[in-house]
Amino acid sequence: MSGGAADPVNGTGRDRAGGERADGALLDVEHLQVLFPVRAGIIASRASAYVHAVDDVSLQLREGETLGIVGESGCGKTTLIRTLMRLVDPTGGTIRYRGREITHATRRELGRTRRELQMVFQDPQSSLNPRKRVGQIIGTPLRLRGLQGGALDERAAQLLARVGLNPEHINRFPHEFSGGQRQRIGIARALALEPRLMMLDEPVSALDVSIQAQVVNLLEELQAEFGLSYVFVAHDLSVVRHVSDRIAVMYLGKIVEVSPATELYDKPIHPYTAALLNAIPIPDPRENRARTRQVIEGEPPSPIDPPSGCRFHTRCPFATEICEQVEPPLAEYPGGHLAACHHPRNVTPAEVAGTVRSPASPLTAGDELPQAA
Amino acid sequence: MSLLEVDDLRVSFATEEGVVHAVDGVSFSIDSGEVVAIVGESGSGKSVTAMTLMGLTRSPNAMFEGSAKLRDLELVTASDEELMSVRGAEIAMVFQDPMSSLDPVYRIGDQIVEQIRAHDHEISKAAAMERVVELLERVGIPRARERVRSYPHQFSGGMRQRVMIAMALSCSPSLLIADEPTTALDVTIQAQIMRELSALREETGAGIILVTHDLGVVADIADRVVVMYAGRIVEQGSLDDLFYDPQHPYTWGLLGSITRIDRDRSQRLPAIPGMPPSLLAPPEGCHFRPRCPFEFDSCRSVPPLEARVQDPPGHRDRCWLTPEEKRAHRQVDGEIGLAVEGTVTS
Repeated sequence: MSGGAADPVNGTGRDRAGGERADGALLDVEHLQVLFPVRAGIIASRASAYVHAVDDVSLQLREGETLGIVGESGCGKTTLIRTLMRLVDPTGGTIRYRGREITHATRRELGRTRRELQMVFQDPQSSLNPRKRVGQIIGTPLRLRGLQGGALDERAAQLLARVGLNPEHINRFPHEFSGGQRQRIGIARALALEPRLMMLDEPVSALDVSIQAQVVNLLEELQAEFGLSYVFVAHDLSVVRHVSDRIAVMYLGKIVEVSPATELYDKPIHPYTAALLNAIPIPDPRENRARTRQVIEGEPPSPIDPPSGCRFHTRCPFATEICEQVEPPLAEYPGGHLAACHHPRNVTPAEVAGTVRSPASPLTAGDELPQAA
Repeated sequence: MSLLEVDDLRVSFATEEGVVHAVDGVSFSIDSGEVVAIVGESGSGKSVTAMTLMGLTRSPNAMFEGSAKLRDLELVTASDEELMSVRGAEIAMVFQDPMSSLDPVYRIGDQIVEQIRAHDHEISKAAAMERVVELLERVGIPRARERVRSYPHQFSGGMRQRVMIAMALSCSPSLLIADEPTTALDVTIQAQIMRELSALREETGAGIILVTHDLGVVADIADRVVVMYAGRIVEQGSLDDLFYDPQHPYTWGLLGSITRIDRDRSQRLPAIPGMPPSLLAPPEGCHFRPRCPFEFDSCRSVPPLEARVQDPPGHRDRCWLTPEEKRAHRQVDGEIGLAVEGTVTS
């Protein structure tokens, strides 16, 4: 069993039951749900079904930490961080930022908090206004902070230099830059408001490998320099491993596993995590040949009508009857490792026997903890 | 004789800003049953090379030199009619984006039937459709008999890519060109598609040219690797040569800058500084020179692509450094990488 106070994954979990918030939780998300209506009919358009994009997700982020969120397309990872940014309205659950509930806060109520939460988008091409010069793109948020004239220009030039661009290029348009440089502009724009938390949505996926490494290095430098916290969303598990302290794995709107980064890769507990890791070829021919590859069959089911019980049971090689019937709760394993699975991998019988139900479990999950085989 | 022999292929395009030398003297060969990966970043010329083999880069502003021979047929100078009969039948291509390579208004089955009948004038429609069902089953599409009646939008990305592979297989080509076939797909689907490609190579004995930027995929399936940078091949050799005895500083940089799922985070990635040059005005001499920390006087003239390490002979590179210097320079913290001082600049 994991130790109470020092529990690195769910530090606030038990305290929360007593109504208290543990120190250091910058972001505290409980049972967050985002459903998108699917409308049918032309005249009387009504919601006939819902896309379960994010379905009862709880997680915490501590100050200075990088939380990686991984999963395949359609798993809800982007919707999740857009909701945390308050760009999408949640259907249920709560979001607390530094102890303050912002779940349904209006623009005005958000106020200063909005500045502290910034986002970097996947596609630097479409997230920069093509008709604005770089100086204007970075200058707009600076103006919001009350800077103007020479001070504004100077600060914009500083920001450009900080992200590794030539400050003399301040009057250029986005199309005059390469993809990697545009991503740097996006990062400079986010930095302009001196954020504390940055949501990074696939920030390097559109870039070439050698440029990816440059941007990853830049993000790490900025984190150390400004004490930033990151939520880093990506489908590339190797990049996520490189940047993250902790990683959450999502499948069809649910978190199936959360763990410290190294632990997740060494000892994946959920069969989906294991399958994901196994699917990635290692850029090393000898190690690749030595590895036994188990290709997982099928494709993710539709999030409009997700499977009952464990959502992965339709593709899981270990699925049994219980997986179809009972949604597994997130069980707490040693080392701050949570996994929602009835048939956990890479764990000892003693570890299985010692599990407890995490308060981060979905409300619809059953009470059945995994049984030692 | 090799299945395909590319010799000093040059492709350039006249644009308003000047002539772009997209492919600048590329030579390689591929045998039946072999997988050759062409690796490089955007603008390296890897896709233009692949598309030129299919005659897909022909346009009024394009200029071609050199040779690309598929057995006895010279592809560079072949007439459009000759190419038409080869394309699909002898050489097939699978593209990165399966949505835009399928016609959205025709049923999947009909599209493949059309291709089969274009090359086989004897076969009846019904017999061709039977063959389509077999092909779709072969590439792992469940309930293929029903799904031939589906339209492309009713398929997921992975399923569409399977349809593209089925279509490519329909005339049993001897050479399959796959241009970033899994880049748009999720990893679990990528693994399924790569498995299909491997099986296919074994069953049909086709040669496969795999164009990709993903070194993981390369390590998984390729026999030989060609590394391209700014229109030129900078290094080529067997899979193990490239990964364990890389000779060109650009290859070191590529290998060093990839993150690996089986390694813990290191302090920082040894990234390659700067960016690739414009092909309108490439640097004189070695194209990698402006980004290379080891450049010296000789680099102002273009190094030939030749074998510099004694053995094996198939391992060639385009770098003036001696093999000893290379061995000394290519280490960063005990791993292969491009050693660069200071922080990243662009």
